[in-house]
Amino acid sequence: MTERRRTHRSHLSYIDKSREYYSASGYEQPYGWATHDDAPFAALAKPLSECRVGLVTTSYFLPSDFVYEVPSDLPRVPDARPVDEVEGLDNQYLFWAKDETHTDDLGSFLPITQMQAMADQGRIGSLSPRYYCLPTQYSHRLTERRDAPQIFQWMVEDEVDVAVMVPL
Amino acid sequence: MGLGARHLEANGIPTVVIGSARDIVEECGVARFVFVDFPLGNPCGKPGDLAMQNRIATLALDVLEGAIAPRTTVQAPEVWADDDGWRDRFMHVGDDNRQELAAAGAERRRHQDEVRSRRAEQ
Repeated sequence: MTERRRTHRSHLSYIDKSREYYSASGYEQPYGWATHDDAPFAALAKPLSECRVGLVTTSYFLPSDFVYEVPSDLPRVPDARPVDEVEGLDNQYLFWAKDETHTDDLGSFLPITQMQAMADQGRIGSLSPRYYCLPTQYSHRLTERRDAPQIFQWMVEDEVDVAVMVPL
Repeated sequence: MGLGARHLEANGIPTVVIGSARDIVEECGVARFVFVDFPLGNPCGKPGDLAMQNRIATLALDVLEGAIAPRTTVQAPEVWADDDGWRDRFMHVGDDNRQELAAAGAERRRHQDEVRSRRAEQ
């Protein structure tokens, strides 16, 4: 095997990339990303084989008559849908590498099938009957005060024990 | 998504984030993070590669179960392509496209202003 070496860090910084990209596009004020020193940590209260797993995605649903003109038109609201109701789940207005890949395979960004198999195998207790949409918001406050509490409330209703969360 | 994960953790629901924007998730600070070093869009595995998707889902559950402290990051040992070109192509800014980006940005702002003033008149 050939020895591999690098002269630069391989991981991309999306904070740097997006700042430089929007700056070059003439936007003067860079976006302020959320940052914290600490992070809350909840320990599992029971074995994973007894836990109900809830899946969270940043993809979301647009109204069928939706016409996009400007970014503020996007109805970015949290949602909870049955796991067999994925038709129309949309991510065309999210930030991802559309020139490099596609999202036609749901399993590449929302592992419903994989988690159902994990439940069948007994690796997890069960998959929540609903999955949850938590669209990325420009406003931190909207996520913290409206959307995340709504997702939490739905998880309580669905008796979700642990969450697997997948930003696109 | 990081802020959502923090909210759930603070309210007693353990979480694991599976994602490809390492710096954004780690700056935000989450309890458990499976980093998949892919172009944004397929953090759960390449489209059509069910074996890889299964490996990543399994790793996420292992991390959910095994992490002992917050800000645990585990990198999935998956490779997008032999060619690393995708890293440079995404949101590329260089002398070859600086003028194009500035013009496209100006056009977007002009369009937004036009929509706003049209709506204000209605």
